[in-house]
Amino acid sequence: MAVRVQDKDFDLGAEVAAFCRGRADMGAIVTFTGVVRDVGGGLKHMLIEHYPAMTQAAIEKIEAEAVQRWSLGDSLIIHRFGALEPGDRIMMVATAAPHRADAFQAAEFLMDYLKSRAPFWKKEVTDTGESWVSAKDEDEDALNRW
Amino acid sequence: MIDVVYFAWVRERIGLPKERLDTTSATVRELVTELRAREDRYEAAFADLSALRVAVDQELTDFDAPLAGVREVAFFPPMTGG
Repeated sequence: MAVRVQDKDFDLGAEVAAFCRGRADMGAIVTFTGVVRDVGGGLKHMLIEHYPAMTQAAIEKIEAEAVQRWSLGDSLIIHRFGALEPGDRIMMVATAAPHRADAFQAAEFLMDYLKSRAPFWKKEVTDTGESWVSAKDEDEDALNRW
Repeated sequence: MIDVVYFAWVRERIGLPKERLDTTSATVRELVTELRAREDRYEAAFADLSALRVAVDQELTDFDAPLAGVREVAFFPPMTGG
């Protein structure tokens, strides 16, 4: 189990390769990567702010919840902060389980909770100005399915 | 003394990331009332509590949370991670 909160980029291939290595007991490894998307056009960069004193522990709590609910052999969560450009990686989640249902479901659970319960805030800076990204009702609704 | 920290647009409206307060407020809600009475910028930040979330000592909680023994209160909009 590992959680990393960092401003620097990560090497997706290297992270996944390291995560997969030597897992004879895990039949399923699921990975998800979140990327900065230019929704309306004109996005210069996305500023990701977080609550340093809380972020690591909040994510570890979400991870512990996933381990309790599913048969997980391991998980990895990397989340970046700082100024990112369209196309940059924001975060990744990897889950390893004996069977794919657990790996997929745990990854989705982690994503849903990271979205609404990990203390990050996104601000979009465009050609015409800047604005904070609002949380969506459906993000909160997504938690209810778990 | 209690540390009060602000994030995202709450920080921008209040105009500072962190301050240390000497307060007698018993709950987060009382602290909000105390802050709103200070200056317009606090009133602007705390006008709609439904748009805000609060963490006490780095744990998400609600506005009725007690402040006894608490070291840090954080106010911020709903989180947008992922």
